[in-house]
Amino acid sequence: MQEMIYLYDGSFDGFLCCIFESYSKKEVLTAIYSDEDFLPLLYEMRTVQTAPAHAARVYRGIRKHSPYAAQLIRRAFLCCMEQREMQLYRLVVRLFREGPAFLSNQTDPMVHPILEAVRYLSAELEKYRGFVRFSEMGGVLGAEITPRNRVLPLLRPHFCSRYQNESLFIFDRTHHEALFYAAGKAQIRPLESFQMAPPDQTEANFRLLWKRFYDTIGIQARENPKLRMSHMPKRYWADMTEFQGPEWFKAPDTPADAAAPSAPDGRSAPGIPPRSEPSAPESIP
Amino acid sequence: MDLLEKLTILSDAAKYDAACTSSGSRRGSRKGMIGNTSTAAAGCCHSFSADGRCVTLLKVLLTNQCIYHCKYCVNRCSNDVPRAMFSPRELAELTIGFYRRNYIEGLFLSSGVVRSPDYTMELIIRALRILREEYRFNGYIHAKVIPGSSPELVEALGLLADRLSVNIELPSESGLKLLAPDKTKRAIFTPMRQIRDVRANNREELAKYRHTPRFAPAGQSTQIIVGATGDSDRHILLLAQGLYQNYKLKRMFYSAYVPVVEHALLPPRDAQPPLLREHRLYQADWLLRFYGFQVDELLDDQTPDLNPLVDPKCGWALAHLDFFPVEIQTADYETLLRVPGIGVTSARRIVATRRSTRLRWEDLRKLGTVMKRAQYFITVGGRRPTELRFRPETLVQNLTAAERPALHQPMEQLSLFDPAI
Repeated sequence: MQEMIYLYDGSFDGFLCCIFESYSKKEVLTAIYSDEDFLPLLYEMRTVQTAPAHAARVYRGIRKHSPYAAQLIRRAFLCCMEQREMQLYRLVVRLFREGPAFLSNQTDPMVHPILEAVRYLSAELEKYRGFVRFSEMGGVLGAEITPRNRVLPLLRPHFCSRYQNESLFIFDRTHHEALFYAAGKAQIRPLESFQMAPPDQTEANFRLLWKRFYDTIGIQARENPKLRMSHMPKRYWADMTEFQGPEWFKAPDTPADAAAPSAPDGRSAPGIPPRSEPSAPESIP
Repeated sequence: MDLLEKLTILSDAAKYDAACTSSGSRRGSRKGMIGNTSTAAAGCCHSFSADGRCVTLLKVLLTNQCIYHCKYCVNRCSNDVPRAMFSPRELAELTIGFYRRNYIEGLFLSSGVVRSPDYTMELIIRALRILREEYRFNGYIHAKVIPGSSPELVEALGLLADRLSVNIELPSESGLKLLAPDKTKRAIFTPMRQIRDVRANNREELAKYRHTPRFAPAGQSTQIIVGATGDSDRHILLLAQGLYQNYKLKRMFYSAYVPVVEHALLPPRDAQPPLLREHRLYQADWLLRFYGFQVDELLDDQTPDLNPLVDPKCGWALAHLDFFPVEIQTADYETLLRVPGIGVTSARRIVATRRSTRLRWEDLRKLGTVMKRAQYFITVGGRRPTELRFRPETLVQNLTAAERPALHQPMEQLSLFDPAI
């Protein structure tokens, strides 16, 4: 047995291939890094090529031991916990060695942190179902979010079913990827940066109406900023219409400004489905 | 009057209604329509207002004109406030516009009474019909039933809305007579009974014919104002328990009375809304619905009000110390639910985990148990930690101390030099 550090492409399939490689080469992993991580240069490491066939084999193996574990690992892969890959790797190794019984003990030191992370993911997902704020730009609904976990693949079914007749995109600023949906087709693709265009008159109007509604609906005699903050921590506020400065509610005076590019790059035109490219790493179907 | 001004007036007039939920209805998206209601079991909060309450629906009145003269209400006919009214189209466009931007989960439509209850109901139905049929809105709608309107209209409304509600507002007939002379107990309970019966019929129909139009799939709720009249907590909770059992209510909302008008029969204008009391009532309400408690266990004639210092479950536990300590390894689910600090989630987790593992004291926190309360009432493997020392007589002080930061009211500090002693 040899100790190794693996480098992979950051996708779920890639991660499963790391497991495959460690078993086929009989190596014990001390760390798994993806391309985005900061890499220590002092250690020997190897880049693992992603092979869908290998990934599928590992995944089948996990599911054979416990369908619950397979689901847990898929979810946990989207979480933002420390050393995510290594924690999941150890879980899989233990699952293969001793079977799924230990998973039903929620207090197990290996299982508990993963469950906590998944709970945190689910909580953030639940928040974002409500806190995403779309702006309409030339018929397309666009939104920006700054989540800690990768909630986009999990938000996809919700918003695509809710706005099935619309074209929409959600840009994830933390993980530099975006969900595109148009004409019944949804895709998650990497997107480096995106700048929201200024609103047109209708959009500015709706923003103002919402802000006014929000300000009116609170009862002054019951004011409770702490309670609000515990339900809706301040880090969400940055992307929410009701907390924006006065600029957000004004349409630019010159029409030329308003007609600025309204969709992010990589998108053809509103209403046309995105080109089919390899989808983003680990988008849950 | 422009839309912004109307929205301001009509949402300001609607804000004292506590109900704001989008739960209980699971309807997937439909072809050619916008929206769905298939979110989590608890509904979906889209924002939280400055008072910390969830904003999930566009909560507005169709109009704040009213022929009634309820003394506690900001919209009563004698009050000098600006009046406005949405046209159905304005309201539909506003709802769709907000919904598409994910500001809201749906619409909560209520109204002041114009001309007569029936006339008002017809206005509400027309507005909702336009929203559902012309604007193809498939999201959540919560509609208010106007007490005293005819049964046909209630039935028509229930086919358009997900949830219906009739507000009781005042928990006793005497309170109604005094403060809302135009409303009667009968006018309130008749539509509630009707909604219950039509829903039961509708469920039978649905079992036979899958495509039967659904009548109020999210059921009905109601609201009670707390603190405007002298009714006790016991009285209010008994009413709630009766409504849950006999009227199959989904939710009961308690709204701390915010003084909006000066009147000899009401608390003075500068009175603080009884927020802590409202909070305790909600806690007790949860005990009734999810924990298998009965009102008679919590309160009796000698103590008709909940103790503001500890939550109702702690209060019950302190009065039933012979029930404790509960052994975590062996106690059944219902017994676990009686322990302060153990809720539905942690009780389920404990039951699931102890099947495969011997639980230890330090595991309980990982399972979601609130140890600052639970520690006094449980043993694990027959033991308590040795460092935990308390006497039953002073237990209430331990529990209050644990909760003190959350209490709104400052505790009185005992002083050695208090002249009163």
